[in-house]
Amino acid sequence: MLEFDWGVIWKYREALWDGMLTSLQLFAIALAGGIFFGTLLALARLAPWKLVSVPAAGFVNLIRSIPFIMAIFWFYFLTPMIVSKFTGQQGEAVGPFTSAVVAFIMVESAYYSEIVRAGIQSIPRGQPAAAYALGLNYWQSMGQVVLPQAFRNMLPVMLTQAVILFQDTSLVYVVALKDFLGAASKAGQLTGRIVELYIFVAVVFFILCFLASHAVKRLQARLAVGR
Amino acid sequence: MPMIELRNVSKWYGSFQVLDDCTTRVGKGEVVVVCGPSGSGKSTLIKAVNGLEPFQKGEILVNGVSVGDPKTNLPKLRAHIGMVFQNFELFPHMSITRNLTLGQVKVLGRSQEEAEAKGLKLLDRVGLLSQKDKFPGQLSGGQQQRVAIARALSMDPIAMLFDEPTSALDPEMINEVLDVMVELAREGMTMMVVTHEMGFARKVAHRVVFMDNGQIVEDCTKDEFFGSVRSERAQTFLSKILHH
Repeated sequence: MLEFDWGVIWKYREALWDGMLTSLQLFAIALAGGIFFGTLLALARLAPWKLVSVPAAGFVNLIRSIPFIMAIFWFYFLTPMIVSKFTGQQGEAVGPFTSAVVAFIMVESAYYSEIVRAGIQSIPRGQPAAAYALGLNYWQSMGQVVLPQAFRNMLPVMLTQAVILFQDTSLVYVVALKDFLGAASKAGQLTGRIVELYIFVAVVFFILCFLASHAVKRLQARLAVGR
Repeated sequence: MPMIELRNVSKWYGSFQVLDDCTTRVGKGEVVVVCGPSGSGKSTLIKAVNGLEPFQKGEILVNGVSVGDPKTNLPKLRAHIGMVFQNFELFPHMSITRNLTLGQVKVLGRSQEEAEAKGLKLLDRVGLLSQKDKFPGQLSGGQQQRVAIARALSMDPIAMLFDEPTSALDPEMINEVLDVMVELAREGMTMMVVTHEMGFARKVAHRVVFMDNGQIVEDCTKDEFFGSVRSERAQTFLSKILHH
């Protein structure tokens, strides 16, 4: 029979906490960047000019058609090359964190752009028409009238995507970035207590994601009152 | 110079022609009612007046400014043309007060206090001052449409466009909206009104434009229209809608 030794978790608490901070940092940057650039991409895709909408659609479809882990790999090796091309400095590595951030923002912006696009399209066309009729320009109409309503409609899907994103941060182990899972893995290898540590990781992820989806529901209920 | 002038306006959706060589005008202080069967292009026509619907041929001048000209600053032009929609189109995520002040603050650059004073004065005029802190979803259709009229008026428009303002309303709410419009017309507002409310047309319209299949079939004074319409299509239409 297996005998568990939960003491290893306490022993490696600092490494695990550092790993969690890395995960949370990556999560926060990827979420903010993904929503920001995803919104711009969605606006570009819905633009009436082919010169804008076609490249945006191409980018989104390309990113969405490759596995996430490929994108992370790809940027780990590609970003240093591009950076050294522009700076002229050879062999200047960007480091796994920066390359992971670039990969995550690009991938998440593609995912979020589809959510935002659906959200914008869920708003009746009369709403922007009324905004234009008042004399508002495109950005005012989007910023004041369309996007606030669209984001409200999108909120559940966006937060669900955020929960998935948080779980996906564990993929960075492929570029040897020490996130929460990476830290646990390392500790497991050093102590031979990999089972305990993986159970711990699973429990922590479960609790965080469960609480997050619960918070989403409550937030939704509160926002619904404003209608 | 007429306030609104349409010269030979045509519009196609693909190969389907929705507006066919439409020419008419609305003088300053004039009330023109546009009517016709559904699908005749009257909504498209009125939306073309403030550039919400692009058109391919012809010219529309509002206060001397060409709407179709790519050089025209459309937001600036639209700021002075009030528009009221069939489905009200109040902004559901904003309070009634905010609905009334948004355009004044963002477009006309008025201060929040000034915009609010103006907005609330107009809200009082349409009899809904007590609703100022509510959200559109908490109001009835008729109330929402009256707020929408107040919102359009808050921009000090030189002309008002109404696109079937009572078509989405329950019958008992139609009159409260029409009353506001009648009052507006009697004050001398320049109005272009797409509607089937012939009672309204009889009461305040100066001219009636009748459309069918994207064409302006009749464009005559109210008395001529209700007295001796020449076209068969207009007669058929009138007999149908005056029956109920």
